[in-house]
Amino acid sequence: MYIYDQFDRTFLQQRVAEFSDQVERRLAGQLTEDEFKVLRLMNGVYLQLHAYMLRICIPYGTLSSAQLRMLAHVARTYDRNYGHFTTRQNIQYNWIALKDLPSAMADLATVGIHGIQTSGNCIRNTTTDHRAGAVAGEVDDPRVWAEIIRQWSTNHPEFTYLPRKFKIAVSAAEEDRAAVLVHDIGLRLLDDGNGRAVFRVMVGGGLGRTPFVGKVIRENLAPEHLLSYLEAILRVYNAEGRRDNIYKARIKILVHELGAEEFSRRVEAEWESIRDGYLKLDEVAISDIRSRFRYPDFEALQDAPSELVAALMNPAFARWHENSVGRHKVPGYAIVTLSLKPVGGPPGDATAEQMDAIADLADRYGFGEIRVAHEQNLCLPHVRQKDLPELWRELDAIGVATPNVDFITDIISCPGLDYCALANARSIPLAEALTERFADLDRAKNIGRLHVNISGCINACGHHHIGHIGILGVEKNGQEFYQLTLGGKADENAALGQLLGPAVPYDGVVDVIERVVDTYLDLRQGEDEIFVDAVKRLGVAPFKERAYVAD
Amino acid sequence: MSLIKDDRKVADIFTRIDNDAAMPESGSVLVTAERLEAEWEALASRADPVGVIWPNNRPVVDLAPYLSGLAVVALVFPIFRDGRAYTQARHLRERHGYAGELRATGNVLRDQFLMMHRAGFDAFEVTKPGDDDAFTEALRRYTMFYQPAVDGRQTVLRQRLHSRGIG
Repeated sequence: MYIYDQFDRTFLQQRVAEFSDQVERRLAGQLTEDEFKVLRLMNGVYLQLHAYMLRICIPYGTLSSAQLRMLAHVARTYDRNYGHFTTRQNIQYNWIALKDLPSAMADLATVGIHGIQTSGNCIRNTTTDHRAGAVAGEVDDPRVWAEIIRQWSTNHPEFTYLPRKFKIAVSAAEEDRAAVLVHDIGLRLLDDGNGRAVFRVMVGGGLGRTPFVGKVIRENLAPEHLLSYLEAILRVYNAEGRRDNIYKARIKILVHELGAEEFSRRVEAEWESIRDGYLKLDEVAISDIRSRFRYPDFEALQDAPSELVAALMNPAFARWHENSVGRHKVPGYAIVTLSLKPVGGPPGDATAEQMDAIADLADRYGFGEIRVAHEQNLCLPHVRQKDLPELWRELDAIGVATPNVDFITDIISCPGLDYCALANARSIPLAEALTERFADLDRAKNIGRLHVNISGCINACGHHHIGHIGILGVEKNGQEFYQLTLGGKADENAALGQLLGPAVPYDGVVDVIERVVDTYLDLRQGEDEIFVDAVKRLGVAPFKERAYVAD
Repeated sequence: MSLIKDDRKVADIFTRIDNDAAMPESGSVLVTAERLEAEWEALASRADPVGVIWPNNRPVVDLAPYLSGLAVVALVFPIFRDGRAYTQARHLRERHGYAGELRATGNVLRDQFLMMHRAGFDAFEVTKPGDDDAFTEALRRYTMFYQPAVDGRQTVLRQRLHSRGIG
């Protein structure tokens, strides 16, 4: 956990005061809607289809139990008793009244959370692996670096009015769970061979209507140069990124148009002039940030304690344990994923009661720490293995122990036409229908690892391009249709999915997906070949052949 | 329009000279980039100060040869959300060492004063009623800054270290 001090709290109070003043001036007619829009977006306030939406960032996905309780309080007091966790480690409230926003923000600020830069053409919430600091093999804790980036990018005097939004993600483990290759800047912390952490810098990844996988523009960047290098990238982008067309304004278009080599050359030239300037991070600065992270006081324990071994005789517990419990770097501990993907429910939603209960469980079993995963699930990163049986019963009682993590029903979905003014089609009802079709847990387990991502429009908030099965809502003659892609991947080998074939009407999507899945089951080379690998081996053709033919 | 310079409202002594306007014999003038480049010799020999309005789509490195002879560089915000001039301002101050008046012109609003100031602007052409009077308040809105910039305001990190007696 990163601990806010008086300086961070003062900053937040000043930000809340500034926004309250801006709301007042808007209500008094001193700010036009056009002027106010930019300011409210940079505080996380969207105008949606039916109401204002407030997006709160959860920096690098780490929450304390007190913060989660405050999120529950805001859901209960100002909204309709629930919140929606997003793919970028944010939470959204869909029904907040404009007049309540300053109060909600002031409440959140008391525990050091806010909506700053969760929207707008600025540097957004920096995200990372939700297992950071708990998983083995990291050369350094990526959250320390995400925090350094968060501070540098907050109210940045040069980069607050960029051509378009700007997203940065960092990961350090072998498996990339932060989708860094589809971010404007992706950073991977690697071991330079001598035990020293260095960064690989990737730029120009992104989804939306022109998806790209990021390109590596620098290897072995020494950590002390991280901020000056980021500043150089942002400076080239701010000066040269396109502003004539909103759909061509992301950095990925600039990188694509210039070519990665030329883009890199310009960044390096800019960097040369600032690399040894005041952004260079000295050891004092880095250790200050590092010292403000609190790590659990782990006990010396053994793996597989008797309580756990005994509980594994219960098939229901064993099923959950196999699916939702991950290996921790410390013996005797485990990483627990809490599925926010119940059968028939909207992906990523949690009620105020669930949030309160999870906060209590985190206090009791997990050092008071909760993580938000990019896949719209929650996670208790540090649980004693001997506590798993009790924890499981409690999680099951509040409906967050569905053993479907990474399975076909662990769906990533945007809010879609039910909430969003941009959407062409519904996402959530489709996700719910899919979870019902594949509700049988044995069947889901047999199908294995299969990520389904749904976006209700081409803006791709549901990251459909990088779903093993991607679903994109489009509108055809006033009707909802869906394009399907196969073979996308979000991990360290990120790839964009290939179009399956013609778009399918709403009522046909679940059937088509079922036939795609049946084709996979027929053609796979054993259970070890997961869906996305089979697509890679076979191509889309054999799936297309059967997907559109009713049995 | 009010001109705010060094935190105070001041009279603007500069006359804007468009591309097709006649150049007055004397007096302080603010010329376009085109005229600056075409008429530099004549401009440089004037007794009164000369400034330029530099567009936000040209790199300021092109302005470097003229900087020592300029009293004002006015950078343009065609709309407040077009932030290219922030980068130009930092380049002028930090890379080219420009120490003269750096003026924000165009759609210059109170909610951006502080960032402009941090990026190196010290003069602001303010058109929106009330915004000129809010200038001082806008600059004092924050006392916490997370990153160093041109303005030299102490960062949160330095304040924190200072409070602990380090640095």
